[in-house]
Amino acid sequence: MVMQTETWNSRIGVILAVSGSAVGLGNFLRFPGQAAQYGGGAFMIAYFISFLIIGLPICWAEWTMGRYGGRRGFNSCAGIFNCIACRPYAKYLGIIGFVIPVVIYMYYVYIEAWCLGYAVNFASGRMAFENPQDAGDFFGKFIGIGKDGSALGFAVDQVGIYLLLVFVLNFILIYRGLSKGIEWFCKYAMPTLVVLAVVILVRVLTLGAPVPENPGNNVGNGLGFMWNPSKIVLEEKIIGTDGSQSWLKVTELVGDKQISGKQAEIAGVPDLRLKKITIWKQLGNPQLWLAAAGQIFFSLSVGFGIILTYASYISKNDDIVLSGLAATSANEFCEVALGGLITIPAAFAFLGVAGVAGQSTFGLGFNVLPLVFTKMPAGEFFGALFFFLLFLAAVTSSLSMLQPGIAFLEESLGINRRQSVAILGFMTVFGCLFVVYFSQNQKAMDTLDFWCGTFLIFVLATVQIIIFGWVLGIEEGFDEAHKGAAIRIPSIYRPIMKYVCPVFLLTIFVLWVLVNVFGFNFETGQSTVSYYIADLMGDNGEETGKVAWMSVALIISVGVFVGLIISGVQRYKDYAQNPQ
Amino acid sequence: MTAGGWIILIMSVGTVTALFSWCIYKVFTTPGETEHMHGFEIETPDEKKEHEHD
Repeated sequence: MVMQTETWNSRIGVILAVSGSAVGLGNFLRFPGQAAQYGGGAFMIAYFISFLIIGLPICWAEWTMGRYGGRRGFNSCAGIFNCIACRPYAKYLGIIGFVIPVVIYMYYVYIEAWCLGYAVNFASGRMAFENPQDAGDFFGKFIGIGKDGSALGFAVDQVGIYLLLVFVLNFILIYRGLSKGIEWFCKYAMPTLVVLAVVILVRVLTLGAPVPENPGNNVGNGLGFMWNPSKIVLEEKIIGTDGSQSWLKVTELVGDKQISGKQAEIAGVPDLRLKKITIWKQLGNPQLWLAAAGQIFFSLSVGFGIILTYASYISKNDDIVLSGLAATSANEFCEVALGGLITIPAAFAFLGVAGVAGQSTFGLGFNVLPLVFTKMPAGEFFGALFFFLLFLAAVTSSLSMLQPGIAFLEESLGINRRQSVAILGFMTVFGCLFVVYFSQNQKAMDTLDFWCGTFLIFVLATVQIIIFGWVLGIEEGFDEAHKGAAIRIPSIYRPIMKYVCPVFLLTIFVLWVLVNVFGFNFETGQSTVSYYIADLMGDNGEETGKVAWMSVALIISVGVFVGLIISGVQRYKDYAQNPQ
Repeated sequence: MTAGGWIILIMSVGTVTALFSWCIYKVFTTPGETEHMHGFEIETPDEKKEHEHD
């Protein structure tokens, strides 16, 4: 029997570490933005269905396969796949389980530095914005969006010093190991994060209508913008060059007064109309389902290979079903009950629909919200608190991205933690400097996020659920999951994990490729080459094409490096020939 | 906010809060769930290995 060299200290510690891995910027910035964009209530229905059909099953599959591999002395994705499938190809599928967390870490730690930098700048009173332009200018300078190489400054209002601090913090904690580093930090950071979020939530929900000139911009309407299942939109008639007519959405209207006021204003204007978009109409939009399923992936950290590694350090008769559900529910609580009630209502109360609609995750987090906090009473305090909260959420996530890499290097090269930390440190410093240097329009980060942080995650999640359901087998998988389990996985999940989840995943993946690679638009039925493909073809400009190619080359290089190591690991070959 | 919005909000927030609370309750009340799986480790993995070799 293979002995575990490292283990978790307590079950609550594992749960906090896994939930810490899942709770990140996506909970407080990406989720509210996606929910508001795709129709609030309708989005939530698709979101909960995706949670039940893909989120929970993949989560339980990862926990189960992780512990299965850990009992046999394997902690990395490659080792775990190899010991489950016992086929030469299986270990190479594990390359993705190294590439995803390590490459995402290269840019995630950069975003983590933004959060720390914003918290410090708020606390020191440097964030006094008058208008969105001021906030945008500060952000642009802070991250060097205007020119490659301009982010590498070490002034208080530049990202360099914060990047250095968070990089060192991450590697000190990861070097200290599972229980003394990751678990210890998450044990304090996660409860602190929830308390901070509750304090900010109380502040936001008691804002009322903070701008007297615009009483319609209030927290109630902000909640309506986020959660109303039906939407009222103002549309304008467009006449094409061939004489065809179509209606284009101008804006969304929220609140009875605003709707009745606009109705009276456009009465008799034939080119403008108000249209109600029902919940059913929104649920018929495939892009909504794609967004909801994507949010579940990113939010729960399923498909990253992280839970596989974390679960591999659990002892053979320790519960994983309840632990998995507890970690997942903690993430959902932070996302829906805290993130869903803070970000959009706060931004809407100060800026209205115009300030919130169509904002990207970063636009909302680093342009809109800083402006909101500067207008809020005691805004410096709450701004610092909010960005410190994001920083804590980001650290607990970035730590989890390093552990799969450490586990793989230790396992495959037979080296100790100090050496594996040094190798991984060198790789991630190089990758991070690449991301920070090519900061113009965040091209490098954007490309890495598209191919690695989205495309490969779909691939790994699909591989994982197929290995669980079809290679390990549902019956053996359930038997393994239930060893030492405090609760049982409902039987309905047998067919879900074997058939429904893979089919749903493959459908979502095909839709994703259609939309994001072939640029298909389900509303218009038209197709154009997507931005990221055009980038690689050089259609968006020679410079951006070059950076996009270098980013893809970085991902491939990491994959080739891992593949070469895997091909020489005798332990994998021995186990595949003589499984135990 | 419309009545539909309130219903979706209360159901969504209520569901995740209830699930989270139940899980926490279950983790703390199930025998063995809160016990330490292992003694508290005061050494880093490398320090442990070095001591084992000594």
